[in-house]
Amino acid sequence: MAARFRHPVNGAAAARPAAVDGTADQSAALDGGASRATAVDATADRPAAPEAAASGGAAAEVRGLSRAFDGRPVLADVDLRIESGEFVALLGRSGSGKSTLLRVLAGLDREAEGTVAASDSAMVAFQEPRLLPWKRVWANIALGLDGTAPKEAAVAALGEVGLADHADAWPLTLSGGEAQRASLARALVREPELLLLDEPFGALDALTRITMHDLVLHLWRRHLPGVLLVTHDVDEALLLADRVLVLADGRIAHEEHIGLPRPRHRDADALLHARDRLLAVLGVHPTGDR
Amino acid sequence: MHPPATAAPPRAPATENGSGAPPRRPAVAPRRRNRLLDRWVSPIALLVGWQLGASLGILPERLLPAPSTVAATALGLLQDGSLVDAVGVSLQRVLTGFAIGATAGIALAVVVGLSRWGDNLVDPPLQMLRTVPIFGLIPLFILWFGIGETPKVALVALAVTIPLYVNTAAGIRGVDPKFRDVAHVLRLSRLGVIRHVVLPGSLPGLLVGLRLSLGSAWLALIVAEQINADAGLGFMINSAREFLRTDIVVLGLIVYSLLGLITDAFVRLLERRALVWRRAFGTR
Ligand SMILES: Nc1ncnc2c1ncn2[C@@H]1O[C@H](COP(=O)(O)OP(=O)(O)OP(=O)(O)O)[C@@H](O)[C@H]1O
Ligand SMILES: [Mg+2]
Repeated sequence: MAARFRHPVNGAAAARPAAVDGTADQSAALDGGASRATAVDATADRPAAPEAAASGGAAAEVRGLSRAFDGRPVLADVDLRIESGEFVALLGRSGSGKSTLLRVLAGLDREAEGTVAASDSAMVAFQEPRLLPWKRVWANIALGLDGTAPKEAAVAALGEVGLADHADAWPLTLSGGEAQRASLARALVREPELLLLDEPFGALDALTRITMHDLVLHLWRRHLPGVLLVTHDVDEALLLADRVLVLADGRIAHEEHIGLPRPRHRDADALLHARDRLLAVLGVHPTGDR
Repeated sequence: MHPPATAAPPRAPATENGSGAPPRRPAVAPRRRNRLLDRWVSPIALLVGWQLGASLGILPERLLPAPSTVAATALGLLQDGSLVDAVGVSLQRVLTGFAIGATAGIALAVVVGLSRWGDNLVDPPLQMLRTVPIFGLIPLFILWFGIGETPKVALVALAVTIPLYVNTAAGIRGVDPKFRDVAHVLRLSRLGVIRHVVLPGSLPGLLVGLRLSLGSAWLALIVAEQINADAGLGFMINSAREFLRTDIVVLGLIVYSLLGLITDAFVRLLERRALVWRRAFGTR
């Protein structure tokens, strides 16, 4: 599976992890020598292909990423690497730039500065479901799917998120949680190498949330994409992720490795300390639930 | 157009019976029919009044013939085939002009809506053209195209292009950029983006443009046919005027408005079918 640099960041710059990418060599051959490693794309004007990427296996890698809106910095020098098959959760207060980072990884932000390498089969479940209202639910899922039977694949994916009955509905008739699940199905049906989930469980009730946690873990185990899950919920992050990051002041301010095997229980001892530390970084005193 | 009772959401009549009565479903259907009838009372009264006035000699036949006279004339012209011929000629002008204008209007709107250069280069002249009174162009068109079919079709085409362009372009600009992000993530091709996102997203605007442009298409036709024509509805009306055949003039006007009504109904139908996804929401 070819992962390559989909989106030039900062103009023409486009580096890609060579080891992840069979086509990198050919573009490196075109390279005029601005680069030190084979890992730099021909069009790169910054020779910043990260060494780590060359060691292979990254679903996404970001180096020195900065983004400002109207002169107000939101991301400042973010480094982030997601191994392929790794489940990473990203915490951060509202407005800390989580969605912004995710957009960069999805190749939707061309104005960010820094190097970004991401699998070209990245899929996003956006913070709001963003189903096209003029297409029936199944057609939303099938949109852009090639293959012999896109509708069957779409309906099957809807079945996995418990929406088989709504395949023929119009998106505007779905409830908030249903729309969010449909959006999740749209991302999952493509079996991406990098799955970017922006608060995908935000509009779900506690029970459906648990079901969806199981579903995401199940699908993650089956296809082993790299996952970046943006969430506000510290417990959710601790239950699901291999690694929990906190975004604060425009950079990754904290990192927790969670070695505990799944399924995890939220009261597990190993999680207690991690939770306290995360809450402390987030500026919450660990008395409440969040 | 007045909002017809049939387009009202089903619950509207139920709220209308106000007076605190619980809205019972079975009561809805008869009330709807009554309301439709209510709306026909005054037109029918006018028609009866007109007929009476003419029959009693209050309305001079030369200025406004009786409805019965107009109906008889219509029957006669239908039987000798001249009305059908005239309508055929006019319809052909309008359809040709409309096809050309619609293609141009939508294509220009897509170009403008999808590329910055298209927007920079194409939009300004079209916006300027919009302010030119198009009937003022008739002398120019006659000089350019002569007095055959071409200037008439061209005038209709222009009358269609402008409103369709303006509304479709606005519709395309109004498509939520978030949907373009979705298209990007799903890796739709450029054509796929147009087909699945841009055009359906701009459909509400396009349909408004379609309705306006059909209205102005008929208007342009009528004006163009008044100037010079040797066939068609306008010619029929003009020659009738020379022979003081007020009944034929009135008949021509009625036919024009019927044609306008039919095309309008057609667009309504199209709207209902194309925008089901919105209706599904409204009636949920
Ligand atoms: N297109 C934009 N133009 C201007 N400012 C923006 C834009 N996009 C994001 N921002 C700003 O960047 C900051 C970070 O936004 P972002 O959406 O990344 O936050 P977030 O961490 O996802 O928050 P939340 O948890 O509430 O979703 C916010 O202050 C927001 O106002
Ligand atoms: Mg966000």
